[in-house]
Amino acid sequence: MASNNGPAAGAPAGSLPKRTGFMGWLNKRMPVDEFVAEQLTGYYAPKNFNIWYFFGSLALVVLVMQLLTGIFLTMFYKPGELTSFDSVEYIMREVDSGWLIRYLHSTGASAFFIVVYLHMFRALLYGSHRKPRELLWIFGCLIFLLLMAEAFMGYVLPWGNMSFWGAQVIVSLFGSLPVIGSGLVEWIRGDYVIADATLNRFFALHVAALPLALVFLVIAHLMALHEVGSNNPDGIDIKKHKDAKGHYLDGIPFHPYYTVKDLVGVAGFLLIFCGVIFFAPTFGGLFLEGPNFEPANPLQTPPHIAPVWYFTPFYAMLRAVPSFAGTQVWGVLVMGASIVVLFFVPWLDRSPVLSIRYRGPLYKIALGIFSVAFIILGVCGLKPPSGIYPQLAKICTALYFAFFLLMPWYTKIDSVKPVPERVTGHA
Amino acid sequence: MADNVVVADDEVDLSRRKFLTNATIATGAVGAVFVAVPFIESWTPSERARALGAPTELDVSKIEPGQMTIITWRRQPIYVVRRTPEMLEHLKGHDAALKDAQSEKSDQPPYAKNEMRARKAEYLVLIGTCTHLGCLPKQRFEAASAEMGASWPGGFFCPCHGSRFDLAGRVFEGSPASVNLRVPPYEYPNERTLLVGADEKGAA
Repeated sequence: MASNNGPAAGAPAGSLPKRTGFMGWLNKRMPVDEFVAEQLTGYYAPKNFNIWYFFGSLALVVLVMQLLTGIFLTMFYKPGELTSFDSVEYIMREVDSGWLIRYLHSTGASAFFIVVYLHMFRALLYGSHRKPRELLWIFGCLIFLLLMAEAFMGYVLPWGNMSFWGAQVIVSLFGSLPVIGSGLVEWIRGDYVIADATLNRFFALHVAALPLALVFLVIAHLMALHEVGSNNPDGIDIKKHKDAKGHYLDGIPFHPYYTVKDLVGVAGFLLIFCGVIFFAPTFGGLFLEGPNFEPANPLQTPPHIAPVWYFTPFYAMLRAVPSFAGTQVWGVLVMGASIVVLFFVPWLDRSPVLSIRYRGPLYKIALGIFSVAFIILGVCGLKPPSGIYPQLAKICTALYFAFFLLMPWYTKIDSVKPVPERVTGHA
Repeated sequence: MADNVVVADDEVDLSRRKFLTNATIATGAVGAVFVAVPFIESWTPSERARALGAPTELDVSKIEPGQMTIITWRRQPIYVVRRTPEMLEHLKGHDAALKDAQSEKSDQPPYAKNEMRARKAEYLVLIGTCTHLGCLPKQRFEAASAEMGASWPGGFFCPCHGSRFDLAGRVFEGSPASVNLRVPPYEYPNERTLLVGADEKGAA
C-alpha cells in the first residue's frame, strides 16, 4: 500500500501515535492505523470538488445495496424454468417486505446506470481519464462492461416474457459471428433454445462470478485512484503546492471532509431513489417492462422487444447498421466498437488542458452534440424501428463515433484558456 | 552426507534458471488449458437436452388448406403451412424484390433448396424464428392486404424489426434480416406424417 510518490501526503506511518490495548494488539498484527492514515485521513483530495464528484461514492453505495438486496433475493428465488417466475411473484406478494427488497434491487439496477453514466460524463467534462489516470479509466470501462453483463443476466432471471425474448435477441447476436457463431450460441445457451440450462448458468454468473469480479475491479479502480489522486473540476495537478508539513495546499483529507460531504450526496440520492421505489418502481415500464409481468413464452413474441433503457443507446446502434454482404455481423461489430472505443479516450484526447473550463468552443460543442446524440439513441432504441427513428439512429450513430474518432483533431486545434496555478472557487 | 555447497552470486547460471522458470510457466499454462476443458464442456447441451431435442411428428392431413399449424421441435416453433394453389401462384413474379430468391445464402437442407423451399410444394415447413434476431414472424397470408400494401403477395411479417418474408420464407429487400427463414431437416415417413428433425441422413 505504501507508495513514495502517491498523493498520500499524510503523516508517514512511522509517526503514528503508539496505541495500547486492543487497537495496539491489532496494529501489531495488521496495519489498521497505517491503512486509515494512508487511504482516508491522510489521503488528500482536491478541495474544489463539485456536485459531479458525488457519483463515484454513490456508485459504491448502490453496489453495496445491490449486493445486500441480491443476497436476500437469493434466499427466496428459485432459478429454473418452472420456478423462476413463480418465485419472483412469491417474493412480490407473499414474502413480508419482499416487494420492497425486489424493487430496491430492480430499480437499483437503473439507479446504478444513471449514477455510472453521470460518473463517466464527469470524466469527459474534466478530463479525468487523461494522464496519469488512464489505467483508472480503463478499470472504469471494464466495470461498465461487467455491469452491462450483470444487468443483462439479472433481467433474464425473473423469466418473464421480456426476459426470455431479450435473452433470445442478445444471445443470438453471437450467432452472426462467422464460422464459430452457431456453435458459440449453442454453447452459451446449453440447449437449442434459451432454456433451463441458460437460466441456471446466468443465475450462477449473476449472483457469484460477476459480482466477485465487479468487487475486485472496484478495488482495483480505487487503488489506481489512490495512487494517482483525484482529478478536479479545474483539471490541474494539486501536488505542486505543498505547505511546510508537506500537505497539499489545494487538498483536504478525504476523511472526515469528503466522507461527510458524500453523506450529503447519499442523502440526496436516497430521497430521489426512495421516491421512485415507493411511487413509481417500474417507472412506467422503463425500469421493468410490462411484458415481464407475464411468464416466459417461447411461442409468443412480445409485440415490441426493447431492452431496458440503459441498453437502448447501444441497441439503437446495433439496429442502425444494415446487413451487408449477406451478413448482419456489422451491426454487432458496431455495437461492440461503441464500447471498445471508450477504452481509448485517454489517448484520443490531445488537448493540452484537461478541464472543459479551460477548453475552447470545439470540445464544448462536440461534447454537447455527443450527449444529445446519445440521449436520442436511447430514445430510438426504445421505439419500434419505423417512422423517423431508423434514420435518426443512423445519424446519431455517426455522431457518436465522430465524437471519439475525430477527437484527436478537434481537441488539438481547439483554443485553450490559461489554466490557473491553484484550484479556483474555494480560495 | 554431502556438504552444503554455497554458490557465489556471480557463479549462478542465470540462463539455466530462466529456462527452468519459463519451462515451468509453459507446463502450467498447458495444464490450465486442459483443466479448462471440463468446465467449457459442461456448458454444451446436456444428454437430457439432446434427448429432448429428438424429432417431432405431425399429421399434416389435418391442416386445412391455407392454414398454418405451429409445432415445436427442440422447443423452436416450426411453422407448417398447407399452401393453396393460389398461394403457390403468388410466389412467382417477385424474385426481383427478394434478397435471396434462389436461397443461395440461406440455411436449408438440399431438398428444400428450390423455388418452393419444400419437399412437397403443398406443405411449407419453416423454423419460425426470424433470421434477424430470433423473434416470431407473424402470419400475413392475405395478399394485397390493407395493412401490408397492394404489392404484398402474402407471407410473414416480423413484429420486432419489420422483416418481411414471402410464403416460401424468402426475405424481401429492405428487411433487417439478410437471409431466408430457415428450413429444419424433415421427411415424410408416409403420406400423412411429417417428421421434423430427421431425414435420410438420420436425426439432426
